[in-house]
Amino acid sequence: MKKQPFRVEGLGDIERNRPIMFTFNGKTYTGFKGDTLASALLANGVILVGRSFKYHRPRGIFGVGVDDPNALVQIGVHGRSTPNERATTTEIFEGLIAKSVNVWPSLRYDILAINNSFSSMFPAGFYYKTFMWPASFWPIYEYFIRKAAGLGTVPKFEDPDTYEKKYVHYDLLIVGGGIAGLVAAHVSAKAGNRVILADERANLGGSKFNSEVTINNKPVKKWVSDIESELESIGDCMVLKRTTAVIHSDHNFVVLREKIIKPNNHSSHTMISQRLWKVRAKSVIYATGALERPMVFQNNDLPGVMLGSAVTDLIHRYGVCPGKNVAIAGNNASIYTLAEDLKACGANIVALSDSRKKSDNNENLAFDSEFPVFMGQAPICAFGKKKIRSVSFGPVNIDTAISQNKDDKKIDCDLLCLSGGYDPNLNLIAQAGGSVSFDTEVSSFNCQSIPKDIFLIGAAAGNFDLQDTISKSLNIVKKIIKQNGTSVFPDIVYQTKGSKSLNAVSPVWYVQSKKSNNKQFVDLHNDVTVSDIDLSVREGYKSIEHFKRYTTSGMGPDQGKIANVNALGILSKKIDINPQSIGTTRFRPPYTPITFGALAGRDLGDLAEPIRITALNVWHQESKAVFENVGQWKRPWYYPKNEETMEAAVNRECKAVRKSVGIFDASTLGKIELVGPDAGELLNRIYINRFDDLKVGSCRYGIICGDDGMVIDDGVTSRLEDKRWLMTTTTGNASKVFHWIDEWLQCEWPELDVFLTSVSSHWSTITIAGSNARNVLLELAGDVDVSNSSFPHHTWKIIKIFGVVARVFRVSFTGELSYEINIPSRYAHSLWESIISIGERYDITPFGTESLHTLRAEKGYIVVGHETDGSVTPDDIGFGWMMRKRKDFIGHRSLSRESIIGEKRPQLVGLLPETYIPEGAQVLSDEISGSDKQSIGHVTSSYNSPSLGIPIALGLIQGGRSLIGSNIRIIGPSNSMSVNAKIVSHCFYDPNGDRLNV
Amino acid sequence: MLNIPCPWCGLRSEVEFSSGGESEVIRPLDPLKKSDHEWSDYLFNRTNKKGWHVERWYHIHGCRKWFHIERNTITHEIRSSWPITEKHPEGNLSVSYSDREQ
Repeated sequence: MKKQPFRVEGLGDIERNRPIMFTFNGKTYTGFKGDTLASALLANGVILVGRSFKYHRPRGIFGVGVDDPNALVQIGVHGRSTPNERATTTEIFEGLIAKSVNVWPSLRYDILAINNSFSSMFPAGFYYKTFMWPASFWPIYEYFIRKAAGLGTVPKFEDPDTYEKKYVHYDLLIVGGGIAGLVAAHVSAKAGNRVILADERANLGGSKFNSEVTINNKPVKKWVSDIESELESIGDCMVLKRTTAVIHSDHNFVVLREKIIKPNNHSSHTMISQRLWKVRAKSVIYATGALERPMVFQNNDLPGVMLGSAVTDLIHRYGVCPGKNVAIAGNNASIYTLAEDLKACGANIVALSDSRKKSDNNENLAFDSEFPVFMGQAPICAFGKKKIRSVSFGPVNIDTAISQNKDDKKIDCDLLCLSGGYDPNLNLIAQAGGSVSFDTEVSSFNCQSIPKDIFLIGAAAGNFDLQDTISKSLNIVKKIIKQNGTSVFPDIVYQTKGSKSLNAVSPVWYVQSKKSNNKQFVDLHNDVTVSDIDLSVREGYKSIEHFKRYTTSGMGPDQGKIANVNALGILSKKIDINPQSIGTTRFRPPYTPITFGALAGRDLGDLAEPIRITALNVWHQESKAVFENVGQWKRPWYYPKNEETMEAAVNRECKAVRKSVGIFDASTLGKIELVGPDAGELLNRIYINRFDDLKVGSCRYGIICGDDGMVIDDGVTSRLEDKRWLMTTTTGNASKVFHWIDEWLQCEWPELDVFLTSVSSHWSTITIAGSNARNVLLELAGDVDVSNSSFPHHTWKIIKIFGVVARVFRVSFTGELSYEINIPSRYAHSLWESIISIGERYDITPFGTESLHTLRAEKGYIVVGHETDGSVTPDDIGFGWMMRKRKDFIGHRSLSRESIIGEKRPQLVGLLPETYIPEGAQVLSDEISGSDKQSIGHVTSSYNSPSLGIPIALGLIQGGRSLIGSNIRIIGPSNSMSVNAKIVSHCFYDPNGDRLNV
Repeated sequence: MLNIPCPWCGLRSEVEFSSGGESEVIRPLDPLKKSDHEWSDYLFNRTNKKGWHVERWYHIHGCRKWFHIERNTITHEIRSSWPITEKHPEGNLSVSYSDREQ
């Protein structure tokens, strides 16, 4: 096994007896169980891990958690390939394959690094300014921009693993398993609350993990693991590790993303890869800690420049010290603790700069004899090509470092640790509606107001003293426990030792330098520099929201984690307004990126949407029907015979209906039973036409409008008994109409005594249509007289078929003699088969929806959604005569508005085009010539009519009824199509209805 | 995602409901007597309040009952809910069917 040059003996919490092999950019390395990809790479001395987003500058690992902007990697291969994972949050496993994103052809030699040399050409707003003209070139620009932009690669294969979602309800959700979060979880769980604790890391303990701190005289590591096992032993308490809270939605609905370690790439096992927890909690505590802020100086993005907290974490968790000769720069007390930690690793500290004139407790004096300590100074510039070689320091004036240029003294180092202060991690509380603003006391954001039932503790609350944090957390938990109805508060003491509190922070926003062109990065994620901020100010984008969008600072994967406070500080200097007055941008969900797989969960393939099938589906499938999706329904579209084309099948089916008899599955029609003394009155108000005068045994077609007067549905309603009615709706609107009526009944007309029941699936509907339909029915009807005189059009009868009560409705959507047989669904299949065998001698032909629509178009019958589109009135489609005149119905008042009456309304007409035209084509008047031509309407339905042998169409044309007989032209959708047509009446076939009333 | 107190079913998640908008929209009893202006006001104009807002919801995937809630449009806090035909519990809001013009 190769030695890991930056691994420190005796430190960290990794399993050194369990080595793990993995590959990064094609090279094999060894790490240990417990390592992240980042810690393992640093242990092996891999400094260069990625290229920056815009300039493709070399980048190294910078942070150690979700805030790291540089080490974005593509993990895994084939279906398990996942783009843009952070190396810092990816645990290594045997066989892990990772590679850098955004590099080509390789990490070391990236061609687009040329962007860096020409960076003056790519300032903020570059895309907006450059690719605007000529507009017709946009597709070409887009091609190249898309090629150059973006990070990882979308996997091309299906993910073999599964993802799942889980909904849970808890008394208390605690986000963050540092000391504060653990104390809160421990006390509240002990008090009997149902508690869920989530932490995004693999170990609990937060920033104090494995540090020198003791709690109740136990080393912190031991205390954390004792508390963890105690929490796990409490039944109503759940501890989720590797779990990030990503979204805080209304009423404490919090989405957590749990990562379950990816299996070996070659594993053939399917396993759960990630789990999305949807938690509804009575109270939520955010113990999300603080994120360390970088310092802004020249070349501050060089590999080897890291956050001090990241280095501390690497030492404590992984036993990795990523440098031998280390420089430290900061503006707060944490740098002295870091110096101690580095010394303990045997690292050589080459220099330390503290931008303050004086440290809190003269800590600097302790080190003065060991290495140079620069008080009142800050880093000016880092030097090096693919990693840091040296750094220079200079004096700080108020909150800006001043470059001395010539006199800057270079100090050699291979690691520079930065601590620019701590930013309370308020991303989620801001999502929850908390107001966040700049607080001069901590020189960072603080939460000013917190929504109800949400609480902040620890460093997230701006509290950097451990013992004080614990006592404040206990007070908050006491409050929550009381609110949840528990009065007994467990008497537990948590006494900490050895933790240093963090007091004064003095910000250094950036380096002032007149001569240097070196970049000072504010947002390393998006390559935003101080000069981009200058440009934004010069161009007038001074409002923080404009500024953010113009420079992209804090956008994308950063979401304000490392960039926001520095950007605000610098902006405030540049426009000379104090940061409190500038305000902040909104933190947006998700806190960290979520993979689509986790959002989709198991709702994939057949489970993506419910599929509805009729009781006759098996027969349709056996008969090789081709299905059409109608909403969630699977409906037979046509039944091809002997490899017929669709056109041939539809032609044959339509002719069979017109000539003899066809059979159709109409079960998907919406059916609503209305029962009660006021059902007739309710129907009067729902439909535009009258219904209460309908006799028992009769059926009537009606149209339903919205209160704006536009058609929303149509169908036939029958009176079953004096107080019982059956309404039918279109397939697609079945539930919409049901809920529509329910709303009117409950909210506007509760005085009407009517019950609604949806019976759509209870009854199956088998339609037999054609001149021989009665002959078929005769054989099923027994003693019932089904002659035309006793069973005329628009009436219905109960017929006992093989002892089963069926409701037979004589209604027609084909224009032929037609019966809709409603039978309880469990008998539908056997009835269908009986009809098929009875009908054999008439060559009974099953037909699908395409034939039905063709047949109805020949008759000029409308289909809601084809001939109507939400802007069509009953009069437009030729049903103006149907409307009641004096009594109110839904939509009545709107239909007398001036704008809705008039000759120029779109009116339904028939069209006889020379050739078939696609639906949606535009209609032009032939009378206007030249370029003034404007559309006067459009084609709503179009078919080759099997009965007439010519193409026919329906269309909505302005003043169409008065244009019957005139010639028009139909064009589009593609410009090349132009067809002459004649406007005719919308009924093409049997206009007198002779075939209906036989 | 809201947690909505259905007067019949208690606190349930928003996915079970559908929203019916502002409760204070009352349909005129005799629409045919209304001017175009009054009618379009009923059809299209809403107060779009900032702050406490009375709105109606339908427990479409639950008990299928309509009801009113009072929701703060800034904080999303919901402070009361009551059946559709009843007056506001404190009687100071004119929003239900029984309050409409006679």
